Amino acid sequence: MKVIVAEDVNAYYGDNHVLKNIDLSINEHTVTALIGPSGCGKSTFLRTLNRMNDYIDSFRVEGKIRIDGKNIYGNKVRVEDLRQKVGMVFQKPNPFPKSIFENVAYGLKVQGTKDKKFITERVEKSLHQAALWNEVKDILHKSALSLSGGQQQRLCIARTLAVKPSIVLMDEPASALDPISTAKIEELIMELKEKYTIVIVTHNMQQAARVSDRTAFFYLGELVEYSKTADMFTNPKNKRTENYITGRFG
Amino acid sequence: MSRLRRNRIIDTGFRYVGIAATFFGLVVLAVFIFNILQQGLGRIDGDFLTSLPSRRASRAGILTAWTGTAWILFLTALIAIPLGVAAGIYLEEYGKKNRLARIIEINIANLAGVPSIIYGLLGLELFVRAMRMGSSLLAGASTLSLLILPIIIVATREAIKAVPNTLREASYGMGATRWQTIWYQVLPAASGGILTGVILALSRAIGETAPLIVIGALAYVPFVASSPMDEFTVLPMQIFNWISRPQQAFLVNGAAAIIILLAITFCMNGIAVYLRNRWQKKINW
Amino acid sequence: MKKSTERWIERGLALSALITILTTAGIIWVLVSESWKFFKDVSIFEFLTDTEWTPLFANKHYGILPLLSGTVLTTLIAILTALPLGIVIAVYLSEYSGPKFRKTIKPALEILAAVPTVVYGFFALTVVTPFLQSFIPGLGTFNALSAGIVMGIMIIPLISSLSEDALFAVPKSLREASFGMGATRFQTAFRVVVPAASSGILVSVILAISRAIGETMVVAIAAGQQPNLTLDPRQAVETITTYIVQVSLGDVQHDSIEYRTIFAAGITLFLFTFALNHISFRLKRRYQEQYE
Repeated sequence: MKVIVAEDVNAYYGDNHVLKNIDLSINEHTVTALIGPSGCGKSTFLRTLNRMNDYIDSFRVEGKIRIDGKNIYGNKVRVEDLRQKVGMVFQKPNPFPKSIFENVAYGLKVQGTKDKKFITERVEKSLHQAALWNEVKDILHKSALSLSGGQQQRLCIARTLAVKPSIVLMDEPASALDPISTAKIEELIMELKEKYTIVIVTHNMQQAARVSDRTAFFYLGELVEYSKTADMFTNPKNKRTENYITGRFG
Repeated sequence: MSRLRRNRIIDTGFRYVGIAATFFGLVVLAVFIFNILQQGLGRIDGDFLTSLPSRRASRAGILTAWTGTAWILFLTALIAIPLGVAAGIYLEEYGKKNRLARIIEINIANLAGVPSIIYGLLGLELFVRAMRMGSSLLAGASTLSLLILPIIIVATREAIKAVPNTLREASYGMGATRWQTIWYQVLPAASGGILTGVILALSRAIGETAPLIVIGALAYVPFVASSPMDEFTVLPMQIFNWISRPQQAFLVNGAAAIIILLAITFCMNGIAVYLRNRWQKKINW
Repeated sequence: MKKSTERWIERGLALSALITILTTAGIIWVLVSESWKFFKDVSIFEFLTDTEWTPLFANKHYGILPLLSGTVLTTLIAILTALPLGIVIAVYLSEYSGPKFRKTIKPALEILAAVPTVVYGFFALTVVTPFLQSFIPGLGTFNALSAGIVMGIMIIPLISSLSEDALFAVPKSLREASFGMGATRFQTAFRVVVPAASSGILVSVILAISRAIGETMVVAIAAGQQPNLTLDPRQAVETITTYIVQVSLGDVQHDSIEYRTIFAAGITLFLFTFALNHISFRLKRRYQEQYE
């Protein structure tokens, strides 16, 4: 079942043509990695999926991006609803300067949920899903900023999961973390794909090889190759892909 | 003597001149304050703080003056804080792209340079006469609010600017609207800086005399104000009134009242500086 | 949260911001409308050239020159006090002292600006005037000199702070070039850095002048309230601002010509300060572009 479909997507920052004729579709319950050298457009593409680029004045998108069949750049789309369906975890952990509990509950709060019991249960469940519950269950009311980097990032994941999205976008989620935390996050991604559809941007090809089912290689704004991860890394079809993967550039 | 030596002497000499100049103002202020304490400290006692003004210097007190100042402080805060913070939020979070916001910005820079007495003239025609508030506390507070509005707006904007964008991104990423992000994340994070600016603005307001004179604050008020529509006086006005009289005894009264006013002013400024330091540490996570 | 609620909130916030425009509009309206009525009775020519200002006396004259001379005199004295001190302080902080010293001293200097102006007036009257009287013959109890000097002390931080920022913005490379040729700090500061920062320093001076022109209480208390057309600082003077205070303290009928004089005086004051602020704004924009 294709949950994300990008149809002939072109994107611009002012006159700068940053995404060129992207056609891409992603299946449910898969992990898709977006790889490519710096500036190739992978993060930009990721951000079009939850319209985070809306805040940049000069940004313009042409083409359609359908999530669950509906074009998210259509006229009547409420971007806040979109983001509850498509969650995002950022590169540098950015917990709110509030307690751990309040961080995870935030999404529910802005949705208008008031039932305290419901919120508490959901917070606990999300922290479990993010493999953080055991470490924080006794300090839920401490500031989130008192956690370590790896814990903060898992908190950000829990926070995203709390609103029950169907898709989770991750923009280099482990690049600011140490190897042990990185391993924990990768483990988490493998667990999460049973319930969610995950799209992850990563600089680290070994990471892409480890966690993803399919990989998309971007270069200079174009989608050069998109195939099963195993195939792409053992037998890339495109010369540019091969050069990138073997480290000849980027 | 050689040119080189002369230049060196000038250089070292200037170092001393520089230090002297830097401390000159502060030393002079210290002399002033010492003088004031000498003149007025002895006059301050319970009676002074609780008596009404009187034509007999020895019986006059600052009761109506400091209660008037308290009223003005309260009313001005009530009016200016919501308006100023709201305007600051608009200009910083909503108004980034439109021309109207640009015009408002330039206008605020202008208003900050308008002499305070002109605000008095505005208050006189607008609040006292056209809106029929008379020379009341409400008119005074409204006038002072307009005066300090630019200060609060600028402070709010600076505080909001200092909030890292990653916070907003995280909030938007979770599906919060712009206002929800402002209310739940940005404002709480900026609150320290905003509070600092507000306290400094209010401290300035209670030291103002000229605009209040123009709107008709009275020099001699023999009753304590009990409603915002009452006529009033404030500490700076009472001080001005007393020191405009030739009798030495009234000058002493003035000195004593100045000590009270300075104490309040320095206290407020001190709190503001303390808050600013604490907030700046917090914001640098 | 409904989209319409969001829109209403945004409108409410915008309205608050609009109040500032209304304030300016209000000021202009009030000054212009009352002055206009005034100038129906008194010709602008008389206003600008008559050498006496006696609207409250029986023999009425409406020449603003005495008020202007009072304003100019006190402002001049204030700037002559504040400018050398302010610049020297700025140069010392920027070119000589260490960052720690600068960090502690700058807020300390701001204290000078935080003291209410009535208090400064008291100092001028009771400390500075007697002090000056001990060696200046002919110095009146109310005089322009004390008021001017104290005003100057009050605005030192305005000049020193802004000038220091301007000096700080001058690129290090300029200083290094000068040092590299064997110049002392003093020479570098005054031959290279200060000229390079001159627009910024000029901005601070213009703002200081604007501030001094608009000052009321120090002059009201220490300079007396006599509209003498004089440049002798030992005499009492009246400025535009202290005249307005004088009328406001008295019993003047609304809608009389005496009442309207305060608006005529007010609009003169407003025009001057507006012009000065505008010039400094333009200058500031120009020199900021230089360093971007």
